[in-house]
Amino acid sequence: MTDLTSSGASLLVQDAHTKKRNCAEARFKAYGLAAIAFGLLMLVILLTSIISRGTGAFQQTYVTLEVPLLEAKLDKKGNRNLADIKKVSTFGYAPLMKAAFEEKVAAAGIETSLKSKQMAALLSKDAAATLRNFVLRDIEVIGTTVKFEFLTNSRVDGYLKGRVTRASIANDKNINAAQLDLVDALIADGSLRKRFNLDFIIGADASDQRPEAAGMGVAMIGSFFMMLVVLALALPIGVAASIYLEEFAPKNWITDIIEVNISNLAAVPSIVFGILGLAVFINYMHLPNSAPLVGGLVLTLMTLPTIIISTRASLKSVPPSIRDAALGVGASKMQSVFHHVLPLAAPGILTGTIIGLAQALGETAPLLLIGMVGFIASNPPDGITSGLMDPNSAMPAQIYEWAKRADPAFYERAWGGIIILLVFLITMNAIAVLLRRRFERRW
Amino acid sequence: MQNQTAHPAKIAARNVQVYYGDTHAIKDVNVDIEANTVTAFIGPSGCGKSTFLRCINRMNDTIDVCRVEGDIRIDGEDIYDRKVDPVQLRAKVGMVFQKPNPFPKSIYDNVAYGPRIHGLARNKAELDDIVEKALRRGAIWNEVKDRLHAPGTGLSGGQQQRLCIARAVATEPEVLLMDEPCSALDPIATAQVEELIDELRQSYSVVIVTHSMQQAARVSQKTAFFHLGNLVEFGETDKIFTAPEDPRTESYITGRIG
Repeated sequence: MTDLTSSGASLLVQDAHTKKRNCAEARFKAYGLAAIAFGLLMLVILLTSIISRGTGAFQQTYVTLEVPLLEAKLDKKGNRNLADIKKVSTFGYAPLMKAAFEEKVAAAGIETSLKSKQMAALLSKDAAATLRNFVLRDIEVIGTTVKFEFLTNSRVDGYLKGRVTRASIANDKNINAAQLDLVDALIADGSLRKRFNLDFIIGADASDQRPEAAGMGVAMIGSFFMMLVVLALALPIGVAASIYLEEFAPKNWITDIIEVNISNLAAVPSIVFGILGLAVFINYMHLPNSAPLVGGLVLTLMTLPTIIISTRASLKSVPPSIRDAALGVGASKMQSVFHHVLPLAAPGILTGTIIGLAQALGETAPLLLIGMVGFIASNPPDGITSGLMDPNSAMPAQIYEWAKRADPAFYERAWGGIIILLVFLITMNAIAVLLRRRFERRW
Repeated sequence: MQNQTAHPAKIAARNVQVYYGDTHAIKDVNVDIEANTVTAFIGPSGCGKSTFLRCINRMNDTIDVCRVEGDIRIDGEDIYDRKVDPVQLRAKVGMVFQKPNPFPKSIYDNVAYGPRIHGLARNKAELDDIVEKALRRGAIWNEVKDRLHAPGTGLSGGQQQRLCIARAVATEPEVLLMDEPCSALDPIATAQVEELIDELRQSYSVVIVTHSMQQAARVSQKTAFFHLGNLVEFGETDKIFTAPEDPRTESYITGRIG
C-alpha cells in the first residue's frame, strides 16, 4: 500500500508513456495485417484472372461426323499399299469431310442455305490431317464408315465460349451469320459440343491458322529434358562445390572472393546467362541451336548459385558437435562429412535443389537467346539423344510464343499454359515443403 | 605400465604454446600425465584448460587460426610430428565432449561407428561383441540392451553422455579425454558418470577438464590448476586441495578468485 501511494500511480490506470507504447504496438500490428491482406488480395486477383481466362483452353469444341472412307478416293488401286495411300494428301480427304458434313446436316433435318464447302469451313484446318493420320495408322478402315469427333475452327469454339458474338463477326471474313445459325442448330441436335481437350496438355504446337489444335505437350517434353540436364549437372557440381567450400576450404581471401562472387551470381539477370550460353555453347562449342541440352546447360549455370547457397546453409545448420563427435572417434574429415554431416543436411539440399529447379522451369529470358522459342509442331522425340539434341521449345517459351500471336484463341491458350506451368511449380514447391517438414531437425 | 622403463609418463608435454591468431592462449605448459590415472584440469573459465586438452588429440587442428608450438609426446612419440596422421592419433586418444553429442542414429550404430571405420571387426558377431563390451564399460548396457536400435538421441542426458563414453571406448583408445563431461548433467547422472570414470581408470589414462572442484577431488589422482593460460600447479590431488603451494591455487580453491 505504501509503495503504491508513494509512487503516486495506480496500476489500474495506464500512464501516458505506456499508452504511447501500446498505441505504437497496435499500429505496427495493423500495418503488418494490412500488408498481409494486400498480398493475399493480389494473390487472389492473380489466381482468379489466370483461372478464369485459362480454363477455357482445357475445353474445346468438337463436332461429331460420320465419315465414309471411300476406297475410290483413298486407295484408287485398291491394293491397300501404304506407300500409295500416303500419296493422298489432306486435300484428298477434304471432299470426304464436305460430304460427311452435308450428310450430317441433312440427317439432322437442318435447313440451311450454305454450300458444303462453307459447312466444312466450320471444321478446323487440322480436321483433315486428323482423319488422314487415323487412316494411315490402320489402313483396314478404308471402305468403312467411321464416327469421328472433329475439332471445329477457333471462331466456332470462341462462339461457344462467348469470345465470338454475332455482333463481333460483322467484319470477320472467316465466319458469317448463316454459319453461326448452323452451329446453333448443330448444338440443338447434340452433335456439336464442348468437351475436355486432352490434346492441349499432351499435343504439339500448331500453326497460326489452327489455334484450336495447339498443345503444350512437346514443350513440356522440352522442359523435362532441360530439367534432366539441370538436375544431372547442377546437383552434383553444386553439392560438391558447397561441401568443399564449407568443410574443407581454408578461410582466406581467395575463398572470400569466391563466396562473394557466388552470392553475386545468384543475382545476375537470367538474360546474361542466355547471352553467355549463346556465345559459348552455340557459337564457340557449336552445340545445336534450340536444343534442350543447351537450354539445360544455361539453366544449370543459373541454378548453380541457388543450389550452392542453400546447400551451404544446410551444411552450416548441422551442429558442430556432430563433426566433433565423428572426428573424436577417429573419423577422417571426409568420413565425418559423408557419414554424418551430409545425411543430416540432405533434406535442406533437396529442398534447395527443388526450388532451384522450379526457378529454372519458369525461366524464359535465356531461352529466347538460344532460340528455344521456335515453332515446334513436330512429334515427340524418340529416345534420350533426340530429346536432348533436337530443337524443342519449353513451357514458358511456348506461353510467350502463344501470347505473341495475333489470333485471340492463342491468348486463351497462353493463359491455359500458365495454369499448367503453375501446377508444375506448385507441385515442386509442395514437395520441397513436405520434405522439409518430414526431415527437419532430428537431433 | 609397459612404458614405465623408458618413459614414465603416458603423455609428456614440454613448453607447449597455443595461439589463437594473436592471442596467446596457453603459455609454456609442462605436464606429465601417467597411465591408469585420472588427471583433472581445473581453473577459471577461459584459462586454457580445454584448449590444452584439445591439443592432446589435435582437435585444435580443425580451427584455422589455432597454432600449437612445443612438444607433446604420447609413449615417447611426438604427436605433432609431420608424419603423424591426426585421424590415427584420435583413434588412440578418444574424446568425450561437454554436451552429449550422440549421432542421430541408433544406439548400436553410435557405438559401432568407430570400430566400423577402423575395421576392428571382421564380421557382424564380432561387431556385436565390441558394441556390447563398450556399452558395458560405459555402464549403460543394462539400460539399453533391449532397445539397441532405438535412436541414441532419444536417451536422457546422462544416458546420452554414457553412450558417448561407450562410443569413445569402443575404438580401444589408450587415453580418454573428457571435456567437462558432467556440466550438462543433473547430480544423479553426474554421480553415475563419475563412478564410471573411476572404473575406466583400470584400462585408460583419463584426462578430465572440470569446473567443479568437488568433482576433481572425487575422481582424480592428479590435478593441474590452470590460470590465464599458465599451468600454475600440478601434483597429487590431495595435496593440491589440502596444501597448495601457489597462493593463486589457494585463492581459487577457497573461492577467492575464479
